[in-house]
Amino acid sequence: MAKLELIHLNKTYTPKVIPVKDLTLSVEDHEFLTLLGPSGCGKSTTLRMIAGLEQPTRGEVRIGGQDVSRKSAGDRNIAMVFQSYALYPHMSVYDNMASGLKLRKMPSGEIRSRIEEVSRFLGLKDLLDRRPGKLSGGQRQRVALGRALVRQPDVFLLDEPLSNLDALLREQVRAELKQIFASQATPVVYVTHDQTEAMTLSSQVALLNDGYLQQLASPKQIYSQPANRFVAGFIGSPQMNLLELPCRENYALLGNSKIPLPTSFAPPPHVVLGIRPEHARIARPEEAITVTGTIILVEHLGMSNLVSLRVAGSESITVRALLSAEQSWQGNQITLAFPPEHTHWFHVETGDRLPDAE
Amino acid sequence: MSSTLETRERRTGWLLLAPALILLALVYAYPIARSLWLSLFNQNLGTELQPVFTGLDNYVRMSGDGRFWQSILNTSVFTVASVLIELVIGMGIALVLNQSFPGRGAIRTIAILPWALPTALIGTTWAWIFNDQAGIVNDILLRLGLIETGINWLGNPLPALLSVIVADVWKTTPFISILLLAGLQSIPGDLYEAHAIDGASPWQSFRQITLPLLMPQILVATLFRFAQAFGIFDLIQVMTSGGPGGATETVSIYIYATVMRYLDFGYGAALVVVTFVVLVLVMAIAAFFLSKVRAATGDR
Repeated sequence: MAKLELIHLNKTYTPKVIPVKDLTLSVEDHEFLTLLGPSGCGKSTTLRMIAGLEQPTRGEVRIGGQDVSRKSAGDRNIAMVFQSYALYPHMSVYDNMASGLKLRKMPSGEIRSRIEEVSRFLGLKDLLDRRPGKLSGGQRQRVALGRALVRQPDVFLLDEPLSNLDALLREQVRAELKQIFASQATPVVYVTHDQTEAMTLSSQVALLNDGYLQQLASPKQIYSQPANRFVAGFIGSPQMNLLELPCRENYALLGNSKIPLPTSFAPPPHVVLGIRPEHARIARPEEAITVTGTIILVEHLGMSNLVSLRVAGSESITVRALLSAEQSWQGNQITLAFPPEHTHWFHVETGDRLPDAE
Repeated sequence: MSSTLETRERRTGWLLLAPALILLALVYAYPIARSLWLSLFNQNLGTELQPVFTGLDNYVRMSGDGRFWQSILNTSVFTVASVLIELVIGMGIALVLNQSFPGRGAIRTIAILPWALPTALIGTTWAWIFNDQAGIVNDILLRLGLIETGINWLGNPLPALLSVIVADVWKTTPFISILLLAGLQSIPGDLYEAHAIDGASPWQSFRQITLPLLMPQILVATLFRFAQAFGIFDLIQVMTSGGPGGATETVSIYIYATVMRYLDFGYGAALVVVTFVVLVLVMAIAAFFLSKVRAATGDR
């Protein structure tokens, strides 16, 4: 149980291969931090540097205020769950869980009581004598988790632990993970490329891209106030509509429609408008600021329909709206309203979020 | 209908097996059966090379044949020593070759070379290396001042056995390295990472991860090498011809001498049968352990 800090962390393999460029963040006790990002964003390298499997080129990893950057993995008192689980195939479930404790010369009585406690908790009691080869994927995943839990480490690291499970099981284990780690006071760092896992599990999400931290915020904030265009496009499914529009006076021009810009920033020549499909709705007749378009595609998702529109008065702009399945419309034209509180504005060149109206 | 389909499939199966079965019968079953049969006869210069049925006389003679027991002892010492040394050195080389370093491909190729060379060539070369007058081993030892006069390596019983073991180790260690290297490469790297996080030192990882997971390859290599070393003939024939005074005479060399030099076919056949039975027994024991180890290491 100790605070984990990363300070200006950098990993350089060759001048052209720099998976982690400059990363500073901290994880407190009781916090569940997810490193989220597309493949190649540096999230796994970061995790491996925390674990001690990679040496940072620059910067520090601190656990409980102590710089551990030069310490070996075994001396850091961290536990890691691998994507492949990395269970020792020639050892029983019991011995897999006992390995780290035996290597630390813990008395066998204490090892036994810890394993009993964790295996009861994880429902592994009847599997302790089996070898990993005789277990199902979900059971192996639990053993890998158990091996980390019995260690009672200072920091838990999890590297895409759910990616080898089938979809149904993944949802179930995800919920279990949340319960398990809610009961631990230890900081958890979780790596995934799956935004649903990040959103459901984390107290904090660090979204990485190209070796840089894009945003560090709670799942709620990262969804409602994405820091830049990349975060806006990465979080949320279906993806946010990101429309590059010209501005006139204090309006952004979307086809025939004029969308008023907030007064919180000076109108630039061009701007990126972001609106999530789930926030676009069919306009009421009395509404003035609307966007009309021709339906080009309707995708039925069960509880909702994902409708793609070609915006009237534009050549190529399409907007997607997620409409409730009960909502109906006539003809192949729809008029949408974009609620201002759900509209995001980004700088065209930097991609940064433009200030919200108060 | 289904039964005819089944019969037809079974017939096709046997038909496909037939070539292999016929070949095995000709190459393995017939010579073994023939040796077994011949070992019950006396057929040598004393009988003017005519077979005379004597039952188990050849086996009774063998039990009191000191030269036979000496050859069994020589073969056993040679086999155990060379296989053990090869395993240790071969493991070392495999561990090195499993690391990534520049030029690894080239080194791997070079490392296998000794095994690819003809044994007769290797034997002759090593015989010269251990030559008492012109050999490089004596030269080095003399220069280092470790000995005062050259050792007659191949002319004394113990040094001669040592020399053939060294030559055999040099020749076949690469074979073991390659087998073990293949095994090492099949061990996932994240097991070592997980073990390091568990707090293991490299030596502990070698003992607790590498050795147990490599056990199938170690056993297979031992099995192969045991069979080859127990039947060793060519290397020793070239280097010492079993000398001096039978000190390096292995079972194979004794059998060769019995049959080809003394023309004692019946007794030679009996020697072959006993060697064969010993080999089969050891193989069966080893195969039993191998299956146990395979079951223990689980699927990866």
